[in-house]
Amino acid sequence: MPDLLKALKPGKVLVSDGAWGTYLHEKGLQPGECPESWNLSHPEEVYDIAISYVRAGADMIETNSFGGSRFKLRHYELEDKVWEINREAAAISRKAAGDNRFVLGSIGPTGKLLMAGDVTEEELYDCFREQASALQSGGADAIIIETMSDLEEARIAVTAAKKHTSCTVICTMTFERMADGTFRTMMGVMPSEMPEVLIRAGADILGSNCGNGTRDMIPILKELRSVNPDIPLIIQGNAGTPKYLEGKTVFMESPGETASFVPELIRNKVNIIGGCCGTTPEHIRLIRREVNKF
Amino acid sequence: MAEILEKLAYCIEFGKINKESPYPPDMKGQDGADEYARQALESGIPAGRILEEGLVPGMARVGVKFRENKIFVPQVLMSAKAMSTAMVHLKPFFSSGEVERKGQFIIGTVAGDLHDIGKNLVSMMVEGSGWEVIDLGVDVPSAKFMETLNNHPNAIVGLSAMLTTTMVNMNSIVRDIRAKHPKQRIIIGGAPLNDNFRKEIGADFYSPDPQGAIEYINALVS
Repeated sequence: MPDLLKALKPGKVLVSDGAWGTYLHEKGLQPGECPESWNLSHPEEVYDIAISYVRAGADMIETNSFGGSRFKLRHYELEDKVWEINREAAAISRKAAGDNRFVLGSIGPTGKLLMAGDVTEEELYDCFREQASALQSGGADAIIIETMSDLEEARIAVTAAKKHTSCTVICTMTFERMADGTFRTMMGVMPSEMPEVLIRAGADILGSNCGNGTRDMIPILKELRSVNPDIPLIIQGNAGTPKYLEGKTVFMESPGETASFVPELIRNKVNIIGGCCGTTPEHIRLIRREVNKF
Repeated sequence: MAEILEKLAYCIEFGKINKESPYPPDMKGQDGADEYARQALESGIPAGRILEEGLVPGMARVGVKFRENKIFVPQVLMSAKAMSTAMVHLKPFFSSGEVERKGQFIIGTVAGDLHDIGKNLVSMMVEGSGWEVIDLGVDVPSAKFMETLNNHPNAIVGLSAMLTTTMVNMNSIVRDIRAKHPKQRIIIGGAPLNDNFRKEIGADFYSPDPQGAIEYINALVS
């Protein structure tokens, strides 16, 4: 299996994939239906999403496992299928990725607040260990712990993934712009706080996803780079901010607009560029075209 | 204001739950909201006054600081914990009817959505400003909101959503509620929302932060 860190070494910029959640809904995922359950009930639809990003030029694709933690699946009474759901998520993406592209096993936040005593550190650790192991068993090359707000939860997830898999470990957090122009997660964490804690826990790649369009990711990227010039960084912005038009929410940033920020991201030493909510294969295609120019 | 109520408000503002709690570090070993609420009752201050002059002002300061990005979710949570610890001492006076609250507030995360951190914050802060809160949890369908409203017809309704794919459900929930209760006050909140969306679906108010919601509903009953 290809080594993601080796592929990044020569200063190359790689392209990741785009949104899964919004794409699944377009394919008919019902409100209240568990997205990850489609790995078992509609694997061909999940495969279709994966392959469309491969065809758009992505070097790596994620897995339909973002909400695949024991805590989240419990709500849908699918707790007993944690292993199967996550393994299949990775297997489907593996099939689409073939031998030459990377599979990033997606792990999202549990929604449980450690500091409110919703859950213990041990429970979180076990939950992440389980998910990461299942994703590796299905063929994931890397584990991407994403959309995190809490540094402690992120640290626990990174530790569990590093200790219990041989996958490359990626961690990205979601920031909001504050009144004074700085960026923080809802728990108050700044981008500059990420490297020390998460690299020590074993993270190989850091970054940010969601919360912002690609343009607003630029200052976040700069802040991360200013604290650590060497760690590979991934940026996955939303397709701008959503607007409600005629009963549907629409993301306003066109593929061309998203791609227009690629040169600035590369100038600021990003290593992997992808997209989050609202981005489509077309967004990825145009990002790929821009990246190829460098 | 009685000194003890000021101290209670301060503990709420800074999230000092009780004497044992190590947070905040500069108040270590001091009495907290738990002790001050008890002492206030023991000294004969009426429960209603403890709520209005001890808890509510503390929580209001938290709400304003949070809105101004001066504090974040962790600090608000600690203040909410301090507040609910103090509330335990006051609860008997609510059930006996001795202390009246401002009104009832029904809140839930809409159908299809499991996110509740923001909704829980609003719940706790609205309670801390003197309301009775009926929290329906997550993934709440129209029918459940309607049923609860039938049992509490004078309540204000709050809808929360975190996803662009579920905020659209607010449209049908508002429509269903209005079909039966045309004058029902409905407020909304959540990361992907804005005031335009509120107008489109016919809700009464949108706030990007809890304090805005509190100020709106307080104004409705004052």
